[in-house]
Amino acid sequence: MRDYAKEVLEGSVRAAARLISWLEDEDPRALEHMERLYAHTGRAYVMGITGSPGAGKSTLTDKVTFALRKKGLTVGIVAVDPSSPFTGGAVLGDRVRMSRLTMDPGVFMRSMATRGFLGGLAKATGEVVKVLDALGKDVILIETVGVGQDEVDVIRLADTTCLVLVPGLGDTIQSMKAGVMEIADVFVINKADRPGADQLYAEVTTRVEQDASIRERAWTPPVMRTVAVDDEGIGDLVEAVEAHRKFLEESGALEEKRRRRAREETLQLIHGELYRRIRDRLTANGELDALVEAIVQRRESPYRAMQHVVARWMRE
Amino acid sequence: MYDDKELERIRTGKENWEKTTLGKALSRFPERKPVFTSISGMPVERLYTPLDTADLDYEKDLGYPGQYPFTRGVQPTMYRGRFWTMRQYAGFGNARESNARYRYLLEQGQTGLSVAFDLPTQAGYDSDHPLSMGEVGKVGVAIDSLDDMKILFDGIPLDKVTTSMTINAPATVLLAMYLAIAEEQGVSFDKVGGTVQNDILKEIICRGQYIFPPKPSMRLTVDLIDYCFKNVPRWNTISISGYHIREAGSTAAQEMAFTIANGIAYVKACVDRGLAVDSFAPRLSFFFNAFTNVLEEVAKFRAGRRVWARILKERFGASNPRSMMMRYHVQTGGVTLTAQQPLNNIVRVALQAYAAALGGCQSLHTNSFDEALCLPTQEAVTVALRTQQIVAEESGATDTIDPLAGSYFVEAMTDKIEAEIEEYIQKIDAMGGTLAAIEQGYIQKEIQDSAYRFQKEIESGERVYVGINKYTMEEPEPTNLLKVDMKVGEIEAAKLKKLRAERDQTRWKAALDKLREVSLSDENVMPAVIDAVKARATIGEICDVWRDVFGEYRPKEFV
Amino acid sequence: MTEDRKIKIIVAKPGLDGHDRGAKLLARIFAEAGMEVVYTGLRQTPEMIVETALQEDADVVGLSSLSGVHMYFFPRVVELLREKGLDDVLVVGGGIIPKEDIPELKKAGVAEIFGPGTPTAEIVAFIKNNVRTRD
Repeated sequence: MRDYAKEVLEGSVRAAARLISWLEDEDPRALEHMERLYAHTGRAYVMGITGSPGAGKSTLTDKVTFALRKKGLTVGIVAVDPSSPFTGGAVLGDRVRMSRLTMDPGVFMRSMATRGFLGGLAKATGEVVKVLDALGKDVILIETVGVGQDEVDVIRLADTTCLVLVPGLGDTIQSMKAGVMEIADVFVINKADRPGADQLYAEVTTRVEQDASIRERAWTPPVMRTVAVDDEGIGDLVEAVEAHRKFLEESGALEEKRRRRAREETLQLIHGELYRRIRDRLTANGELDALVEAIVQRRESPYRAMQHVVARWMRE
Repeated sequence: MYDDKELERIRTGKENWEKTTLGKALSRFPERKPVFTSISGMPVERLYTPLDTADLDYEKDLGYPGQYPFTRGVQPTMYRGRFWTMRQYAGFGNARESNARYRYLLEQGQTGLSVAFDLPTQAGYDSDHPLSMGEVGKVGVAIDSLDDMKILFDGIPLDKVTTSMTINAPATVLLAMYLAIAEEQGVSFDKVGGTVQNDILKEIICRGQYIFPPKPSMRLTVDLIDYCFKNVPRWNTISISGYHIREAGSTAAQEMAFTIANGIAYVKACVDRGLAVDSFAPRLSFFFNAFTNVLEEVAKFRAGRRVWARILKERFGASNPRSMMMRYHVQTGGVTLTAQQPLNNIVRVALQAYAAALGGCQSLHTNSFDEALCLPTQEAVTVALRTQQIVAEESGATDTIDPLAGSYFVEAMTDKIEAEIEEYIQKIDAMGGTLAAIEQGYIQKEIQDSAYRFQKEIESGERVYVGINKYTMEEPEPTNLLKVDMKVGEIEAAKLKKLRAERDQTRWKAALDKLREVSLSDENVMPAVIDAVKARATIGEICDVWRDVFGEYRPKEFV
Repeated sequence: MTEDRKIKIIVAKPGLDGHDRGAKLLARIFAEAGMEVVYTGLRQTPEMIVETALQEDADVVGLSSLSGVHMYFFPRVVELLREKGLDDVLVVGGGIIPKEDIPELKKAGVAEIFGPGTPTAEIVAFIKNNVRTRD
């Protein structure tokens, strides 16, 4: 078997691409390689780009990447698109707007389908970020699915989350669900040359100021204006992200963020592995079917079955 | 058109017929399918009667040929005066070969030239650019510099022919070359006639030959319109094209609706520039498709003329009737042709040409039957031209004006398509106009959904396509296909090398510097472009200046 | 191939040809057939297409050309895939391609050519039957 971990560390695009496929497929072969890569992760800075559909996230990702490349930084991009719940298929179209990055050896881009995972990301997105990190990318951009406002999982992975809003798409503060405004470390008003941009800018700014006066926050999210199509405001946006990074690093918040991430990730991995093992065993020996039958007939309750299975597993 | 009493009698009569004669027949012989639809998916009823045209106000809605709202045609005598211009889109390989094809077509009785450019020229790249690899001379003639253009029109007097150039993003450059040649031939600009397509919006929507972002692209479009209005009065400055929208999969009504929406955007851009609507609107022209469903096509053309006239008059306050006329070129539907049993395509093209004639086109290109297989051969091109000559000379469609007017079905269909066009235009207005609708992907998505629906109908067998899903047969391998010499690219590249070495470097550099300066200002770019082509700047070099100044466009693609 | 494994396919338009009706339609059909489709958009060089296949770890590359440049582009894509060690990627093509060109394209390593009017179900079936099994 090829030593993918070693090849990734040596910069092999092919090895990284294959390892990512395994992660997406939840192929157990990935584990061993990830185990060896882990020590080499944690170097990259992770930026999340999220917002409504049509907000211009791909174009923004393209322009930000270009700006970062000009600064000499290498970039990994993970662009997530939804899978169809009916067919399981997906059209991943983010490369269209990022065509000019394809031949840049300093950029690795991967399109991912959500495969039924909610929250705006694919299940394996976090792992893919690690592979790109180990591959040596300085900055990793995660572009989320743009389907609504519940897709806020990106904050679990990103050091800086940019929330992209545009005038004329119903992106008004009133329409924001509780909690969405809070995910932003940086606000981006894209398509800022459109009618309604000034109003949206004013609304967001006012809201940010109100929040700041109500409760003490160490970081006040800046509100940036861009016209991504015309490459306007991108430099300022990158600077705002850098300022946030500096803040995180100097205040110790970055370390705290990453500690929290490690904790969640570890618990999640344990959860996933326990689940898989128990499920596999229950399925293999037919016990699950018997339990389900009993539960359906109300001879057994799912609660007691759960306690029973877990208790027995713990004993072993 | 009928009074209430008469309508009531017809209503009763129809009900009776449905209960008796029809009812009996249906009980014994059911119809072929539960619902009938046009190729665009528009429902088609069993029978149309005066009841379906009861709301029609003849004077207001139909009127007379050459008069507002031009439903019945834009000229008072239509084809009784003269036939449409027979214009076959041609051009392949290098300028020398294309020039020979043009001379041949003119000898055969063709009355106007139509130039197809290869894709590098359309995308503003020189023949030796890496993206031009394999493409040089493939779908049209390769033009890099004024020298190529001179060969292309060698021996063709520009005051005697009109030339239609299918060129969009770099339209200013090709027009500048054409004008430079006219000047050399001693033909003054006011004697030069023709058309440039110059329709960047549909490139962005569906045809893909864009270069610059929408805003600077629109600026170049308006610069050309403005310049011609002042200097080349006989030039048709834009050909607002539904053809490619239809090819991309739209319905007939969508083709007309999105084209008119684009037209509105151009008129608005010119008005915003400060041009009076009656100064430039008479030189706007359109370009549409014609599919095989003759009646639907005729209704589409009639509805389009009516809607456009009303928009120009009511929305833009035009007062010159010529501003309100939708004049258009038609090309028969490329995507309707099949690679299977290619000779069947001759029949399709004949019906489509017939539809164009009954619909009142001003010029027509008929496709060659072998187009789904390869680039057209000389034989196929000749048959195509003969097809429209037969429609003109033998079919009788040209003897009276708008002969299908008054057909209950055609009038009802015309109204229905008109209503659909208006609904789309309202939607697009509400989004903030065509540019915003394109940016949101709305128009692209509508077109793709129609294409998808059509494909599904074909695959389920719900819609029959002869030779594709019914009446198929084993066929011998086609022979006698035209192939472009792969060497064209190398020859063009060598020519470019020589040009770059031999041209006056000082003059060349000064011309490009001036172009950059003008492009950064609000000045009209046309004079600077003309100077640049005369200084032997290539199309790629001129577009590179603009790529630098304006940036490049990447579209929003929806699948 | 396990039942769960998604087929990942690149749908690309090589060259300057802007006719993407077929490419987009197929992208949609492939997604409906359960595949993950990376759509590249227009104006792709063979190098770009192969780099995309590499980064995306694609199983299939689908090329569409209507401007008559297939004899240059299709073999070049196959050649570059081989150079990158991606020998097992299935390459299929479609568009306006004269039948007499097909043998040469197949010899160059293009697995199949689908002309105008091919039922899309046939294309999907071909891909499913011929796609690689991943190691």
